[in-house]
Amino acid sequence: MSREEQWLLPDGVEEILPAGAARIETLRRRLLDQFSSWGYELVFPPLIEFLDSLLNGGGRDLERETFKLTDQLSGRLMGVRADITPQVARLDAHTLRREAPTRLCYCSTALRTRAPQPGGSRIPYQVGVELFGHAGMESDAEVLSLLLETLALADVPEVTLDLGHVGIYRALVKAGGLAEADETALSDIYVRKASHELDHMLAELSLRTELRDALAALPFLAGDVSVIAQARTLLAGFGDEVNAALDELEGLAKFVQARYPQVRLHVDLGELRGYHYHTGCLFAAYTAGSSEPIAKGGRYDHIGEVFGRARPATGFSADLKLLATHQPVSSKQGVLAIGDVCDAAFAAAVKQLRDQGERVLLSLPGAKNDAQELQCDRQLVQQGDNWQLVSL
Amino acid sequence: MKPLTIALSKGRIFKETLPLLKAAGIEMLEDPEKSRKLVFDTSRDDVKIIIIRATDVPPYVQYGAADIGVAGKDVLMEHGAEGVYEPLDLEIAKCKLMVAALNDAPEVEGRVRVATKFVNITRSYYASQGRQADVIKLYGAMELAPLVGLADRIVDIVDTGNTLRANGLEPTELICEISSRLIVNRASMKTRHKQIQDILDAMESAVEARRASA
Repeated sequence: MSREEQWLLPDGVEEILPAGAARIETLRRRLLDQFSSWGYELVFPPLIEFLDSLLNGGGRDLERETFKLTDQLSGRLMGVRADITPQVARLDAHTLRREAPTRLCYCSTALRTRAPQPGGSRIPYQVGVELFGHAGMESDAEVLSLLLETLALADVPEVTLDLGHVGIYRALVKAGGLAEADETALSDIYVRKASHELDHMLAELSLRTELRDALAALPFLAGDVSVIAQARTLLAGFGDEVNAALDELEGLAKFVQARYPQVRLHVDLGELRGYHYHTGCLFAAYTAGSSEPIAKGGRYDHIGEVFGRARPATGFSADLKLLATHQPVSSKQGVLAIGDVCDAAFAAAVKQLRDQGERVLLSLPGAKNDAQELQCDRQLVQQGDNWQLVSL
Repeated sequence: MKPLTIALSKGRIFKETLPLLKAAGIEMLEDPEKSRKLVFDTSRDDVKIIIIRATDVPPYVQYGAADIGVAGKDVLMEHGAEGVYEPLDLEIAKCKLMVAALNDAPEVEGRVRVATKFVNITRSYYASQGRQADVIKLYGAMELAPLVGLADRIVDIVDTGNTLRANGLEPTELICEISSRLIVNRASMKTRHKQIQDILDAMESAVEARRASA
């Protein structure tokens, strides 16, 4: 490595400078206060864990995204968390073991081997909530509300909410009795909505006609809420599981339309994001110009099973660094205090200002105390026996 | 709302896409072959067209710099189409991706040396055949590689096969059929669904009409 390159940071790893850090921290406090007022308790899961427990229930994608290292004490493989949700699920299932619905929130850094999109961050500052112990539309609606309130607090403009439900695809695949390899290939095609490949693959599988038509149509059942009614006609013969999923979606869509009319709603019944992990409805929020969701979540009822206690669960998460980009940059104000640090009267005047919530910087003798660079709009100077604030 | 951006590449894909776009009411106002511009207005106020290299179309669409693009399946397979939708096969710019060898070339024992610009496709094709391959990345004139002993086989796009024959080569294995796909940015598909779906539907009808008349 040449000398010029020694200071460079790795791809997808950034440092956050004072202006950005201030925006992030202001938003973090407001969000955590908001979560707390909804009854969500803050937790700090560990940065690093044994790999086995970290990857439980998370699927292959999570494994590829996790940095691994060997524990010198136990000789076992450890992983740095790439996602905090599974950690919180373990905490609920194994550590807290409450009977009542458990509401938890978190705000911590995760680490990923690859950025979610090129140019994106490998160190998301993940903020989110998880609600354990209730299966049903009401808990999904609560989490969804909190997601939309979070976006409102962060001033995210032009929000489009994408609603989906993995239960429909799951039910159809089960009805077809697909082999695991076929199902993996099919879900890969669904993720890309690749119509040409889908037709080819469905032609090769031996499926009854109605099922083949349903699987061919599902990725393209997307659009406004009327899609749900379309799906009811098209998928009428596929049993209770599909009907229940459509009922849930319809309930959520109506809830959002009534309570958050400013949010544009998009329904996509072929959406399979996090398919290995999610069990019910899925939601993702997009803003104008973002090529990835700015916040996403959904239901994941079985993840606690591997930790010995299956609890229904739903939640959402977002990268605080991305959320905060929509916040205005606040210009700082402050007081430059010029005086002798050993002077008790001067120290008392400075303390009084600080107690009032002022930002006070001591002018250090011999240094270039440029008020503009120090972001001070006033100075504290001695006038006779008193200390006075003077505008700069 | 900012206009919808469609990414196309010059040449065959561009010429064959134009009639399909016309079906969606989108027509170019000037000929890009005669212009140095990169961004073009169209007959629709809400649609712009950008002209870029074929291999750049998938990343432009993936990152949302363009909402829609037209890219060959070869480019999508080679450069990865993660993060974009491929909802429509336009059935244009058709060709074949093939393995070719010198006429009467013997079977290769052990590792086969393959020259290609499609490194990823070649690797996965040979892996799926259970064969070990040393892939040599070249940027052009693949046909030369077997002639000068640089490679045992080449993997390349074959249209008529004339270039192969002129150099004493013949296609030996078909890897896959290639045609151009309409690709769509995933976020755009959700946030501007109606606008994009209308264009998709019009283009799909045009593709079907052309297939029916052929």
